[in-house]
Amino acid sequence: MLDTVVIPLLKIAVLVNAVLVAVTFLVLMERKVIAWAQSRLGPMRVGPYGILQALADPIKLILKEDITPVKADRYVFTLAPIMSLVPALVVFAVVPFGPDPLYYIGDINVGLLFIISVTSIGVYGIILGGWASNSKYPLLASLRASAQLISYEIAVTMTLVSVILTTGTLSLVGIVEAQRESGIWFGFIQPVALVLVFIGGLAETNRAPFDLPEAETELTGGFHTEYSGMRFALFFLAEYANMIVISAVVVLIFFGGWLRPFPNIAWLGFLDLLPAWIWFVGKVFLFLYVFIWIRATLPRYRYDQLMSLGWKVLIPVAIGNLVVTGVFKVVF
Amino acid sequence: MTVPAPRASTSQFDTNELVINMGPQHPSTHGVLRVVLRLDGERVLDADCVIGYIHRGVEKLCENRDWTHIILLTDRMDYVAAATNNLGYVEAVEKLMQIEVPRRARYIRTILAELQRIASHCLWLGTHAMDIGALTVLLYAFREREFVLDLFEEFCGARLTYNSMRVGGLPLDIPPGWDRKLRSFCDLMEGKLDDYETLLTNNRIWLKRTRDVGVISGEEAIGLGLCGPPLRGSGVSRDLRKDEPNAAYEEFDFDIPLGTRGDTYDRYLIRMEEFRQSIRIIRQGLDGLPEGPVMGKVPRLLKPPAGETYHAIESPKGELGYFLVSDGKSTNPYRFRVRPPSFCNLQGLKRLVRGHLVADVVALIGTIDIVLGEVDR
Repeated sequence: MLDTVVIPLLKIAVLVNAVLVAVTFLVLMERKVIAWAQSRLGPMRVGPYGILQALADPIKLILKEDITPVKADRYVFTLAPIMSLVPALVVFAVVPFGPDPLYYIGDINVGLLFIISVTSIGVYGIILGGWASNSKYPLLASLRASAQLISYEIAVTMTLVSVILTTGTLSLVGIVEAQRESGIWFGFIQPVALVLVFIGGLAETNRAPFDLPEAETELTGGFHTEYSGMRFALFFLAEYANMIVISAVVVLIFFGGWLRPFPNIAWLGFLDLLPAWIWFVGKVFLFLYVFIWIRATLPRYRYDQLMSLGWKVLIPVAIGNLVVTGVFKVVF
Repeated sequence: MTVPAPRASTSQFDTNELVINMGPQHPSTHGVLRVVLRLDGERVLDADCVIGYIHRGVEKLCENRDWTHIILLTDRMDYVAAATNNLGYVEAVEKLMQIEVPRRARYIRTILAELQRIASHCLWLGTHAMDIGALTVLLYAFREREFVLDLFEEFCGARLTYNSMRVGGLPLDIPPGWDRKLRSFCDLMEGKLDDYETLLTNNRIWLKRTRDVGVISGEEAIGLGLCGPPLRGSGVSRDLRKDEPNAAYEEFDFDIPLGTRGDTYDRYLIRMEEFRQSIRIIRQGLDGLPEGPVMGKVPRLLKPPAGETYHAIESPKGELGYFLVSDGKSTNPYRFRVRPPSFCNLQGLKRLVRGHLVADVVALIGTIDIVLGEVDR
């Protein structure tokens, strides 16, 4: 009873709260980092250096009036943000924060597959949200979203297959353990895959330069144009939670998860003084920083260019990488 | 035999065109422009510009103001380039009254106009880049524009609507130390221009978004009445600073950058080069700034002789012309008419966007650099 129900429930409660809090602070981090990139200060009014902005924003969004457009499809309109957020949170069930079973809720033997399939459900949230708004800009945005997210998912999944070939396991714990055994992070063995997954991840989470479904300068906010209040906040949370998911996946697969750098060099053992989960979270936030950095730097792709990049560059390269990995696997 | 283009049969798919209103409340229509787009998917079949949302009747108002008060109203047309608006107007009145302007005043006017060009192009660069998604350039360009506004503030006390010129010269001479600040600004700006170019010029995404977007040939550009950078982007050498020099431009040495392809990227490059040419003109102006008064001999009450005149200058956005009619009796114009460059360039938008995608529409609105205050007046 204790082991099967109470402790997992406690873990889930802690994790969900931790993720949501991380998301609010990630929003603050994004605003601060972009502000620094743009020689501004960013939020400074709420609390010292604007730290409490992370709390003020959710409170504001919760208190705001929640408007449903008259012509919107009421049920789908309400369902869409939920469909977008829930998968983003569910994914964390299989994300290991450390080697010990204490640090993850479940280590299932198809962990990676689970992540891929659950995150694809989140796409429906965006598509349905744009569709149910019964408005023109969100409609265009959801058309873009369905094309973009699906085609980039192919590229990412193809790439992950080549990683699975290297590790021989789909379990995320297993993948990290494999990296410890081989003594090298897979990012160095599979650099092409790393780049592909990262680009695909940017596209799948609607981040710049692939933020077409919400392109505010073109589609005035895209799929969430008609959303306000807490329902808008759910989309917002989902986007940032997905960013954390993608960063976590990249870290787990390519950057050794909770492992310290050079896990097989003994004299670097003092690095293990830091707990495993801190290594993991630190690496995740490093990647989140890169996400934000890219947003501050690059212009946005156009819809057709985005599709041709996905289909004509990323997917062929992913397949090529898969073939090369397979050949290496057989030959050596 | 011609094969008809394949069309999805209407029984299966509803292939209606989507009519979408871009604006007047839209983040990237640069004010209150409303563009009615007819879309096939994301492709633009046709676009109609609806203007007039900030029509204030400036031309009619001017008929009831005396000749000096009108300077203040010209500020409010292209409010991001007030100094060039002032310049065009006061020169038109001077032409009508045949007033001689002191050389020092003409030099300072040239410097102010070029400074204004830098400020206006900063605003263009920032908004254009942000429309295409490069957020940071906006803040960088506005940061430098702020220095220009500071210089103007020190010169005439205002930061946006300067009212900085008078018929016959300037209200004020430049304050002491101003030229030194302007020089250091020129040095600073040159470095910052390299920063902008690092972010954009060779950026692959920027190239993809602007190369071959909104291509227009020289003849077509002339036919549509385009002026300024959009015209020069198509390779037509037409710059009133060279062709019909006003102020002190004939005494300065500068180049007119020309495009070859006539696409958005060429127009971008031209404006970036115009920044540098403006800095060059300002430096020459400061080096050769003559001594003397800044105000010519002007009657206290302006009452031009009966007649009419047209005078055009090269504003940051293109050919800014003033057509003035005086009846010789009253102290206000009988007719006041402006040829605003933004309005004429906006006419090209319909032609430019046809066949492009929705995302290109915002890029093209940015590339023609309109200010709705000037379009509507």
